[in-house]
Amino acid sequence: MRYHKPASFAQAIDIANTSEGITRFLAGGTDVLVQLRADIVSPDDLIDIKHISGVREIGKTPQGGYDIGIAVSGAEMSEHGALGADWPGLVEAMDLIGSTQVQGRATLVGNLCNGSPAADSVPAMIAAGVTLTVEGPNGAREVKVEDIPAGPGKTTLGKGEMITSVHVPARKENGGDAYLRFIPRTEMDIAVVGCGVNLRLEGDKIVEARVALGAVAPKAALVPEAAEALIGTTLDDAALAALAKAAQAACQPINDKRGTIEFRTDVAGVLAQRAAKIAYARAKGETK
Amino acid sequence: MSLVHVTTKVNGDEAEFLCEPRETLLDCLRDRLGFTGSKEGCGTGDCGACSVTIDGRLVSSCLVLGVEAEGKDIRTIEGMAQGDELHPLQRKFIEHAALQCGFCTPGILVAAKALLEKDPDPSEEDIRYWLAGNLCRCTGYDKIVRAVQDAAKEMREDA
Repeated sequence: MRYHKPASFAQAIDIANTSEGITRFLAGGTDVLVQLRADIVSPDDLIDIKHISGVREIGKTPQGGYDIGIAVSGAEMSEHGALGADWPGLVEAMDLIGSTQVQGRATLVGNLCNGSPAADSVPAMIAAGVTLTVEGPNGAREVKVEDIPAGPGKTTLGKGEMITSVHVPARKENGGDAYLRFIPRTEMDIAVVGCGVNLRLEGDKIVEARVALGAVAPKAALVPEAAEALIGTTLDDAALAALAKAAQAACQPINDKRGTIEFRTDVAGVLAQRAAKIAYARAKGETK
Repeated sequence: MSLVHVTTKVNGDEAEFLCEPRETLLDCLRDRLGFTGSKEGCGTGDCGACSVTIDGRLVSSCLVLGVEAEGKDIRTIEGMAQGDELHPLQRKFIEHAALQCGFCTPGILVAAKALLEKDPDPSEEDIRYWLAGNLCRCTGYDKIVRAVQDAAKEMREDA
């Protein structure tokens, strides 16, 4: 295995593009090193991207959003007051991943590119409308988070391509987000179901909504039907019932030891309702 | 396989070693530098026995490569006592019998020290969540939590 420390994205892309073997990008390493040590993935070229300028920074954009560097850890996101005040659901989702030790290293982009359908930060990013800059041998493009997963362990990124920045949109007035997951214990487990909800209100009425589900299909996905069930409502009982039904209809889960198809489908509806209530209260300014 | 030369700092002292790119920081600390206080429990970042800090940030050293230590400030359990004088956390762990076999103890002490540097007055819940990534199969955790609380109290009073 060759270990590379490129000083620029261009160098990193060149190494990945000209490698004739297996390449992996190394940021926090909380998935890559586990796979490396267990001989699940043995990279020929390991590209440590932490020495590229700006990758450890969270910057506010002129539009009021945030650009999060690709090596920013979960702990650094949690410690950033303004990001968490604007996007509490996104920061909480990232914070749910692993232990304090894992939080010291794990990154949003790593969580996304590892390709797990149960990745906690991914539904929260999708609900928040997060976009990414992807750069590669053929130039740069802007991509929505929901267009990256391609199934368990797979992404839509091509050879030599890498995500170079994470763009969190500006938090508009009267907006709020939330992420909830179900696990059979209280901490340090993999989501059986995950749900992110992001809302914007005018008065008591929901005027914008995004709902995303994780761990109930081969990839985390936006559920437009669930958002439609909320838009135009005041999150009354009928809207909550319609939300649960739409979320459940979007489920294509697996059966495994952590949850049956029926259980995961049922819980998806429950979590969507609970996350929507939290996001709604945050949008109203009633809770943080 | 060509070895990589790494220059780093461990507990404030300059250190250098040669390692293969795929060697973990934990293996480098233990086998290349002789710092055997950090333990390998699981080797997959689940148990916390290998906890160290890098530039002040708590991490599992089994999920860090040795080559990543270049130019960093590494702190391990070996740097916790000042000569013969134990750190308050170490004394309180002994007083409260917050260990039995002791395998998890170095990692828990390093993690608890990182917590108290961030928050000198953590609640019981804060302590339990912070240490959720440090597994102990002997104590049932209660004595560990009480030892951390007691050490935190003493450190606040002495501050």
